[in-house]
Amino acid sequence: MSKNVHDMGGDPAGLIDRAEHSRTLFDQRVDAMLRLLAHPQKGYFTVDAMRRSIESLDPQAYHELAYYERWVRAVRQLAIERGLVDEAALEQRMASIAARRAVKP
Amino acid sequence: MSTHDHGDHVHPEHGADDPHAPIDDFDHYRPESLLMEQALRELLMEQGVFTAEDIQRQIDLTESRTPALGARVIARAWVDDAFRAALLADAKPALGSAFELDLANTPELTVLENTQAVHHVVCCTLCSCYPRNILGIPPAWYKSREYRSRVVIEPRSVLKEFGTELPAQREIRVVDSTADMRYLVIPLRPQGTEGWDEERLAALVTRDSMIGVAQALVP
Repeated sequence: MSKNVHDMGGDPAGLIDRAEHSRTLFDQRVDAMLRLLAHPQKGYFTVDAMRRSIESLDPQAYHELAYYERWVRAVRQLAIERGLVDEAALEQRMASIAARRAVKP
Repeated sequence: MSTHDHGDHVHPEHGADDPHAPIDDFDHYRPESLLMEQALRELLMEQGVFTAEDIQRQIDLTESRTPALGARVIARAWVDDAFRAALLADAKPALGSAFELDLANTPELTVLENTQAVHHVVCCTLCSCYPRNILGIPPAWYKSREYRSRVVIEPRSVLKEFGTELPAQREIRVVDSTADMRYLVIPLRPQGTEGWDEERLAALVTRDSMIGVAQALVP
């Protein structure tokens, strides 16, 4: 049976980069959104659902994306699945923010 | 303008009076990721799922949990046998009453005590599960492919990379965290600390010693 991309225990790997990283505002906001959505008393979704969403990312994306970039895609997927946001509305909003910021998506 | 260096790139500092102010990392992350975060946040606020204040309060709560809390817990466990016994038996209620923490909506927590015979190391091979409510956000290396892959098969060489060499006869037990179960290590109390008070002891307890990749500092 082949392992999924996230299941890396026991795989060969190189030296550990022990550098400490400070969190960015992006990191903090993605983290906070997940905590609020997965709060047991809110119940929009569970941590297990979040993990399933992260673990079903495309393997290449899983390796290339930074930690909270994986998270924001997983939150997006779940928010759409649970009907909290509409996919088309989200795309539209991203485009309008990009235009506001004059940054290409 | 002051900057801080991340090795491969440099960020402008947000305010000289707050060196830890978070930075909006437009040069670090894909623009798509940043747009996705902002669009999601805006739409979820418009839907009434949460408010801007909720987000800020959650960020503040997360940032308020640091390894300093864990160090106080360990120092207490070193000096107070009854507390240590309660912590090892059922950690959440013991912490809740001794440190006034509301852990009701947090995953289960198991506390593991290092001895002369056994040393514990915590990891999460599948993702990044960590006792966030006691230690804060995990360090980047804890979430890295290298740590997650290797610590479960070659813990002794991983510990060596952290500068930790244990006697050959000491057993190393690696525990793999899950979404529902987190682990916290009580490191061995260093020799030469007899009679020390909790505050002095807590200064010897590092984050890495509570994950198990290091031992407590030696005075």
